[in-house]
Amino acid sequence: MSDVEFSISFAGPLVTFQDIGRPGNMRYGVSASGPMDIVSFEAANAVLGNDTKQTAIEISLGGLILQCHEGSITLAITGGDFLIEYQGQKISSWTVLTLQKGERLSVRAGKSGSWAYLAFSGKLNVKDWLNSSSTHSTSGFGGGVLKTGQKFTLTDASNQENRIGPILKPNFYTNDLIHAVLGPQDQYFMNTAIKIFSNSIFKVSDNYDRMGMQLTGPKLELKSALSIPSEPVVKGSIQVSGDGIPTILLADHQTTGGYPKIATVISSDINRLVQFRSNQSVKFVLINSNEALQKTRKFLDMKEKYLEKLSISRGTLEQRLMSENLIGGIEFNS
Amino acid sequence: MFHHKSLTLINLIIMQNEKPKFKAIADHALLITFSDVFSEAVHSQVVALDNSITLDPPQGLIETVPAIVNLLVTFDPLITDHLCLEKSILNNIKNMTNNSSKGTERIVHVCYEEGFSRDLETVSKACGLSKEAVINAHLNENYNVLMYGFSPGYAYLSGVPKDIQVPRKISAVRDIDAGSVIIAGSQCLVTTLKMPTGWSIIGRSPTLILTDDLENPFLFNVGDTVNFKRIDLGTFEKMNKASNYV
Repeated sequence: MSDVEFSISFAGPLVTFQDIGRPGNMRYGVSASGPMDIVSFEAANAVLGNDTKQTAIEISLGGLILQCHEGSITLAITGGDFLIEYQGQKISSWTVLTLQKGERLSVRAGKSGSWAYLAFSGKLNVKDWLNSSSTHSTSGFGGGVLKTGQKFTLTDASNQENRIGPILKPNFYTNDLIHAVLGPQDQYFMNTAIKIFSNSIFKVSDNYDRMGMQLTGPKLELKSALSIPSEPVVKGSIQVSGDGIPTILLADHQTTGGYPKIATVISSDINRLVQFRSNQSVKFVLINSNEALQKTRKFLDMKEKYLEKLSISRGTLEQRLMSENLIGGIEFNS
Repeated sequence: MFHHKSLTLINLIIMQNEKPKFKAIADHALLITFSDVFSEAVHSQVVALDNSITLDPPQGLIETVPAIVNLLVTFDPLITDHLCLEKSILNNIKNMTNNSSKGTERIVHVCYEEGFSRDLETVSKACGLSKEAVINAHLNENYNVLMYGFSPGYAYLSGVPKDIQVPRKISAVRDIDAGSVIIAGSQCLVTTLKMPTGWSIIGRSPTLILTDDLENPFLFNVGDTVNFKRIDLGTFEKMNKASNYV
């Protein structure tokens, strides 16, 4: 156990500290924040044997380059298909490695995915707000945004040689369809708009950040020019502005809003959706709330089992080689 | 403490009007809507239900979010479901009269000095009143906390008197300081962050809405009553030093 110091050689926009989030404060205008892709975030912590809720770094397409100044530490990188450079080697994400004093780690956008997660075998020293280090991007409250030239430190850092190597990726969310439940303000839309919503292919626009993802595609027409009283919204709400353009609200969403919501993405599909990139196609499938509940229950069950499996240390290198030999080495290729 | 006037109103509305509408949201929430349009009576129903659920939370409840005409209830999908929660909330609604109470009265200090009230002159001209008359009209009203939204700690207060109601500006003005007291239509708000706004800026408050107190991190609850109290520049500076917005 030791202390570690990193300097940030480069950080793109929207690279933030996040823990699992701060639910329970929406009544005060505070969305839960937390990681955009919760599964990848929890996987990065689990594979190090951490509490899956603990603070990690969320990396945007802008990328992040770190230099280790003091100490050494094992870390895990998950999320989208990002490019990792470490000790002159180019490796893919979903990997665990140890960074030594003087070494550099670069995480940059790769072929696909919008967010990567960097978790550490140690405790990040970051600011809390309302008992959570999650950064609320528009206010900056919480752990905060990582900026080029700054430093950050960790305590209780450890090297876990028995955890190094590629990470088993979750195999329970490969489907590209996004499930949503109609409403809660579908009554304000023309019937044709609801048909268009469920039959068309939308695309992710450039207007995508931690607050929301605006889509391009056919217009979703409202019944009349209307002004409804502001209503509470949730993560996943698909609000449609007066010009018929839908926006899916995400981790740092406003907590109330006056635009009608045609549908709501189910919570378990948001983790996949947020990894989509601008210009990628989005196809919605409408299901009822009971189907949504069953899907989410199944998803949470599979997620728990997956994280449990990840959290078990692989043992020493010899033990690992042996076990990989026994199962034919296919386990880490999925 | 029961507030008999609004109790009677709530009873009347429950008896005479349609029942509140329940709508399932995705896999983890319910929206309970009392009306399509705002009235004080509708909003007090929202607050009464919010209080009732807070006092006696159903299994699996995560949080409730009161707004103008409806209440959002979010839940843990592993513990409960939409139907169970609806049943339990219908019970709350039936017994609501026993739980409704008047909100707390809050004082917000406001300084109307020139440097803090860049739109006071425009408002006074638009309303055909002197600046002092606008200030007095603003001070003489009781405001009601309708809901939070937009950003952390942004509490929408209803009650701006008709005499000084002005519409939102055509476009927003950037970088308006935290603590600004702003109005648009019948609503008033004390900002908590440096943010753009299209509302009219009529004063500055040293009163913290984000209190920095972990027990009570936000000054208002939805349903509270707010009164503004005028302070001069000297008092503002003294009070502002004591507070510490990020």
